[in-house]
Amino acid sequence: MGVEIEIKDLTKSFGNQLIWGDVTLTVPAGEICVMLGPSGTGKSVLLKTIIGLLKPDRGSVVIEGVDIASCPEKDLYEIRKLFGVLFQDGAMFGSMNLYDNIAFPLREHTKKSESEIRDIVMEKLDLTGLLGTEDKLPGEISGGMRKRAGLARALVLDPEIVLFDEPDSGLDPVRTSFLNQLIVDLNAQIDATFLIVTHDINTARTVPDNIGLLYHKHLAMFGPREMLLSSEEPVVRQFLNAQVVGPIGMSEEKDADELEAEKDMDLPPLPPIPMQLEPSNGQPRRSQRDPGAWCKENGVEPPPGSFEENMTMTTGS
Amino acid sequence: MASLTASKVLKPIGASGKLFAFALDTFRQLFRRPFQTREFIQQAWFLASVTIVPTALVAIPFGAVIALQVGGLIKQFGAQSFTGSASVLAVVQQAAPIGTALLIAGAGGSAIAADLGARKIREELDAMMVLGIDPIQRLVVPRVLACMMVAVFLNGMVSVVGVAGGYVFNVGLQGGTPGAYLASFTALAQLPDLWVGLVKALIFGLLAAVVAAYKGVNAGGGPKGVGDAVNESVVITFVLLFIVNFVVSAIYLQIVPPKTG
Repeated sequence: MGVEIEIKDLTKSFGNQLIWGDVTLTVPAGEICVMLGPSGTGKSVLLKTIIGLLKPDRGSVVIEGVDIASCPEKDLYEIRKLFGVLFQDGAMFGSMNLYDNIAFPLREHTKKSESEIRDIVMEKLDLTGLLGTEDKLPGEISGGMRKRAGLARALVLDPEIVLFDEPDSGLDPVRTSFLNQLIVDLNAQIDATFLIVTHDINTARTVPDNIGLLYHKHLAMFGPREMLLSSEEPVVRQFLNAQVVGPIGMSEEKDADELEAEKDMDLPPLPPIPMQLEPSNGQPRRSQRDPGAWCKENGVEPPPGSFEENMTMTTGS
Repeated sequence: MASLTASKVLKPIGASGKLFAFALDTFRQLFRRPFQTREFIQQAWFLASVTIVPTALVAIPFGAVIALQVGGLIKQFGAQSFTGSASVLAVVQQAAPIGTALLIAGAGGSAIAADLGARKIREELDAMMVLGIDPIQRLVVPRVLACMMVAVFLNGMVSVVGVAGGYVFNVGLQGGTPGAYLASFTALAQLPDLWVGLVKALIFGLLAAVVAAYKGVNAGGGPKGVGDAVNESVVITFVLLFIVNFVVSAIYLQIVPPKTG
């Protein structure tokens, strides 16, 4: 049914270099969240801190009452069984074929018989569209397939939390769309908590229930999708709409001169908010809200043209 | 400034501390069940297959050089009948463990570091930890044990091949007599010499595997990181092995008195 991730005052630095500081957010149970941020803002580091692969300098990550940041190694291995993680390149074990890779967690952590394992593995292979490739080695398949195989392996233990590290990097637009649809369908099916780390704004605009934005060593904003998409906050607005004008420069931050130069430039109007991607069987997800519901509740006027069917997906100007 | 120098001075101490902590972790995981028998056998087989031929090829000239050198020297003293004994002593006590160490570090250790390093940068090790499995128990422990076992066997092989090589050169080239060579074996050499050779090989195997695994598991920064890890692991192991060899030899010569006549 999904569990909540409570992150409080999380701070991480490598040596003297601060990665991000005082990140506080709650990833709600069963919902899909996207963590966005320009390249190099430590999105993957955040993900690894949440699973306990990296220790933060300060702060806590609480899952089911256990603080990942400070609990002993033994508890950590136990709590990690709640997680399914899709790594950037799938992280399949190179010495095993896909079938054994996907069966691996089952063989390690359950007492299921080989025939039961076979049923589960085949089901997950079918789900990710990989039937017929189970005898291949990870080195023999394409990057997109490796990713889907990684997803299949992340799902075999019926995780309560699924973390995605850049599921769309290195995939073509069509495959990205398929993967996004798969993510939404999966969430409808297993009701787990999803946290996706990406810098693909198309994914960010259409897939999640909540969006977070990491920028300049802190969490700039975290909230419902419509809140961020209708936000006038310069950083959020610039990033979510892929614009040149705004505080984000080519290298991290723009300097005072550059900001001065574009002071009088008109910000392009906010593009319309697109519809959220729905599960392919048409049944709404448990955590899904009606389009425009947040805007109505909070008295925010969504940009003109929002929530129309078949609207254009282009962003920026 | 002062703290900067201090941190620079303390850095090597921190690094060796981490290596030691890694070795302790490995030791602790050694007793965790289930033991990875399959991985152990596979690794032992792999290590043996990459080291046997080069080791044999190194052992022959090793034995031969000792035979030529010692043989020549001993001839001048007029003690030709002891060539065999000197040869056995030198090969079994020193040459065999050192030859084994070089090959275990150069061929075996580099392979371990490369393998684990590649897994590290492909995030396989992270994936393993996330799946609730400790890579040290799963991957490092079987490799360390396999490396120790193969080192001991290789040591035996180098001893035999080295002594045989010495025999061929002594008898064939230096005009020594087979009888004298064989009969003098036990004149100076004794059984503890054999034991210390085996113990050395065991320690060298352990060191080579632990250093290689540590470097591999901590590789970073893409393919170049793996290359660096392999390079560093071989260099560090070589230096460590020669130091440890010196220490063990010194201790051994203190506690086991050389056989007289």
